[in-house]
Amino acid sequence: MSAAAAAVDDARARPADAAMAFVRRNGWTLGLLAFLAVLLVYTRAIQPTYGVTGIQGLAISVLPLALASVGQAIVVISGGIDLSIGSMMALTSVVAASQMKGQGEEFGVGIVIAVLALGLLLGAINGSLVVLTRVPDIVVTLAMSFVWAGCALLVLKTPGGGAAVWLKELVKGSLVNEWVPKAAIALVIIVAVIWLPVQRSRLGLSLYAIGSNQLAAFRSGVSVGRTKLASYMLTGLFAALAGLSLTANTGIGTPVPGPYTLTSVAAVVLGGVSLAGGRGGVAGPIVAVVILQLLRSDMTFLNVNTNLATVANGVILIGVVMFGSLIQMRRARA
Amino acid sequence: MSGVASAPSAPSARNPWLTATAWRRLFRDRPILPLLALLALLVALSELVRPGIVNPNWAGFILRTAVPLAILAGCQTLTMLTGGIDLSVGAVASGSGFLVATLVGDQGLAVAILAAVVVASLAGLLTGIGVGVFRVHPLIMTLGMGLVVFGLANWWQLVMVQTGGGTPDELRWIGSGSFMGIVPHSLLVFVPLALVILVGLRRTGYGRLLYAIGDNPVAARLSGARAWQVIVLLYVISAVMAAIAGFLVSGLTNVASVTLADSYVLPSVAAAVIGGTSIMGGRGGYGGTIVGALILTVIISLLSSLGYPEAVRQVLFGAIIVTVAAAYTRITAES
Repeated sequence: MSAAAAAVDDARARPADAAMAFVRRNGWTLGLLAFLAVLLVYTRAIQPTYGVTGIQGLAISVLPLALASVGQAIVVISGGIDLSIGSMMALTSVVAASQMKGQGEEFGVGIVIAVLALGLLLGAINGSLVVLTRVPDIVVTLAMSFVWAGCALLVLKTPGGGAAVWLKELVKGSLVNEWVPKAAIALVIIVAVIWLPVQRSRLGLSLYAIGSNQLAAFRSGVSVGRTKLASYMLTGLFAALAGLSLTANTGIGTPVPGPYTLTSVAAVVLGGVSLAGGRGGVAGPIVAVVILQLLRSDMTFLNVNTNLATVANGVILIGVVMFGSLIQMRRARA
Repeated sequence: MSGVASAPSAPSARNPWLTATAWRRLFRDRPILPLLALLALLVALSELVRPGIVNPNWAGFILRTAVPLAILAGCQTLTMLTGGIDLSVGAVASGSGFLVATLVGDQGLAVAILAAVVVASLAGLLTGIGVGVFRVHPLIMTLGMGLVVFGLANWWQLVMVQTGGGTPDELRWIGSGSFMGIVPHSLLVFVPLALVILVGLRRTGYGRLLYAIGDNPVAARLSGARAWQVIVLLYVISAVMAAIAGFLVSGLTNVASVTLADSYVLPSVAAAVIGGTSIMGGRGGYGGTIVGALILTVIISLLSSLGYPEAVRQVLFGAIIVTVAAAYTRITAES
């Protein structure tokens, strides 16, 4: 017994084994990163001109879905699901665009802060409905997706509005080195400032705990209701950030929700977050979003029929998830 | 204060039908009763805001619109009983309706319908294998299969662009026609189908297996149920039902397009949930779902007769679903 414990201590002490443990824990994300690297090389091979412009375009087009997927990942990790993300993005985007139109640059700062607060509020409404009514998350957020989409239509009937110049500049172009797009920096900063502190904190532990086993978490003194509420508020915040990035990308707000809700669920699962909750992180989903977008642009370049590209997306989604569950089944048998 | 409170409770001690607990118990044992009450309330409300609107024609219209929704909600009910969900019904239904419209010109109706049903069952078979054998989460599996079917239907549309036909007359007859302008022809399809589902869920071994697997998969496996076979068959059934709904929708709207039934997907989940089927599996039934589909159809018709803009309608629709689901959960909660 003590010999075994000593062996474990030894293993922890050796850096090579520590690295192995890290690889094992983040195997899925590292695999995705390796796949992304291969895909980038392949992209470069089929489009020799793919370079700075391509990377910048990629980063900008990825940003809204990446933020939405981080939001979805947080709520899925804590055992829920949010099918209203796309509608919340539409609502926050049209609110931002309609209020910023024709206003000064400084006024835009206030609007952005107000929209982020709105995101928190929308998330809080979703979360408290889930907690108070005890109706399954998927049903509540499905119904609320109608409510938020309707509110978006009330704010703006047709696509329109405007965006402050600094907001648009925030995601356009590159910083320091031309290979580092501003949109990617924005994504990293947002995740580092909002999610990482939460993940390291008591709240983060509680989020994983209620996702992994709600009853056990409750018995260990986690306030399940409050934690669930917090997870939905975080998701609302990220949906608002995603909505703002939509406005920043396009310069306007569109009241009809894009295909972000279900795509974010797909990205979260591809990114190694278990739909059963309690497992995974936000890095995997982000990499998965980049891969999906790069695949799409490659297929466009190769002149693959867009309909077959949709088929390919579905096949990839199913295939990767099947592969993941096969690995898990083998592990469970071994 | 206490005198006021105790006064009404005195007679209720004699008559058990007047106590809140008795009502709660009744609703818990017969969850379809509050749903029927809600439906009656909504019909009364429709009559109240638009006097004269409730007449046989209106009832025929509601039934005609509710039938495809009720069939698609049946797909959700069956899959939800095992703890699953079928988000591919929209793509499968639209694809089947579209396939029939493109094939009917050259091949005749019977062949066209047979082809569409075969294609739908193939999609269902693949979904079932993914969910049952490879244990892919049903949400993801049906989402991916929906993308595959939608993409293939679009591709087929490009292939068939020269020959493209319209909705065949027979489908229009069954989808939008009615006997004496009141009793919709689509009931000819729906009533037998609904009876098969209702009886099948209650009286057949397969139906009981669906409940068993959803309620406790481990216990079902230990008692000898081969879950994967049940689930593969389940998703084939669901896809065939979606195809049937697709035929009816294309007959109802007289349009054949690859996105025809997409707008039915979320309401079909909502109808099953309002009807009391638990999305966690093991609880519910088709009777409630049918009433749920009727309730949603009446709500939609009520909201549009009030003349609200689309935005307000959407907000109210969502709010009503949350409210009904919450009230239902509260009423039927075991405590």
